[in-house]
Amino acid sequence: MMSTLMSAATPTTTWYLVLSAVLFGIGTVGVLVRRNPLVMFMCIELMLNAVNLSFVAFAKRLGDIGGQTTVFFVMVVAAAEVVVGLGIIVSIMRKRPGANVDDISALKG
Amino acid sequence: MELFVFVVAAAMILAGAIGVVVRSHPVHAALSLILTLFGVAVMFVAQEAHFLAAVQVIVYAGAIVVLFLFVIMLLGVDRTEDMKTEPFKVQRPLAVIVGLGVIGLVTAAVVASRDVVSSRGSGLVTPDMADPDSNIRQLSRSVFGNYVVAFEVTSVLLVVAVVGTVLLTRRVKPVVKEAS
Repeated sequence: MMSTLMSAATPTTTWYLVLSAVLFGIGTVGVLVRRNPLVMFMCIELMLNAVNLSFVAFAKRLGDIGGQTTVFFVMVVAAAEVVVGLGIIVSIMRKRPGANVDDISALKG
Repeated sequence: MELFVFVVAAAMILAGAIGVVVRSHPVHAALSLILTLFGVAVMFVAQEAHFLAAVQVIVYAGAIVVLFLFVIMLLGVDRTEDMKTEPFKVQRPLAVIVGLGVIGLVTAAVVASRDVVSSRGSGLVTPDMADPDSNIRQLSRSVFGNYVVAFEVTSVLLVVAVVGTVLLTRRVKPVVKEAS
């Protein structure tokens, strides 16, 4: 009984895509709700990972390695983005310690 | 077995993601992010993307999250954020509505196009025992073949990012006037 159930319900591409949508939604809520710029960055990473997950699922389904190549480039760009973003946050925090995103909304010192 | 892996990894991903959003301490949020990233790595293995799973663990969990933790410690912002007070009352309900809308719309689109997705393609060539590293070979043919220009451009991007960050965070030294 258990084994037939397990073999009947094999996760298809649709499952992975729905999981990716849920992860993307949670990341969106995080970016909109949190006020700490570091945690907002982490939520952006969540959204990037959701997109990567769907790319890999499509690469498997369509038999095209190009999806995995795209994920590779997304990871490189995410690393560069984190480096620049954290540099900006460090230079802002040095001027005004403990600032949240409301304090720096004017985009000037 | 495949179902079991999916359920466990999905639970890791969702628990970690919710942890990032709701934990008020930035260090706890970063640790929850690691849980999510490992879950995504497991999903990559389940989808025949073995090289990307390794890169995910090394680059994301190894480098990016460590960078986050390093900045948290460096800036001394490792104190609990006040999640109770909300200066803009409508923001949280609106954000939840937007999030649920995104999830609902994308899920509806995915479910509606279910048959189209499942009827196309034959699936990626799975690595068998005779050729266990076919995923890496396929990926390298793609990166260094079709997409080699994009690969070179990313190296330029990384150099620009590094130089820009050094310029951004450099302290301008006060000009020392010589005592004359």
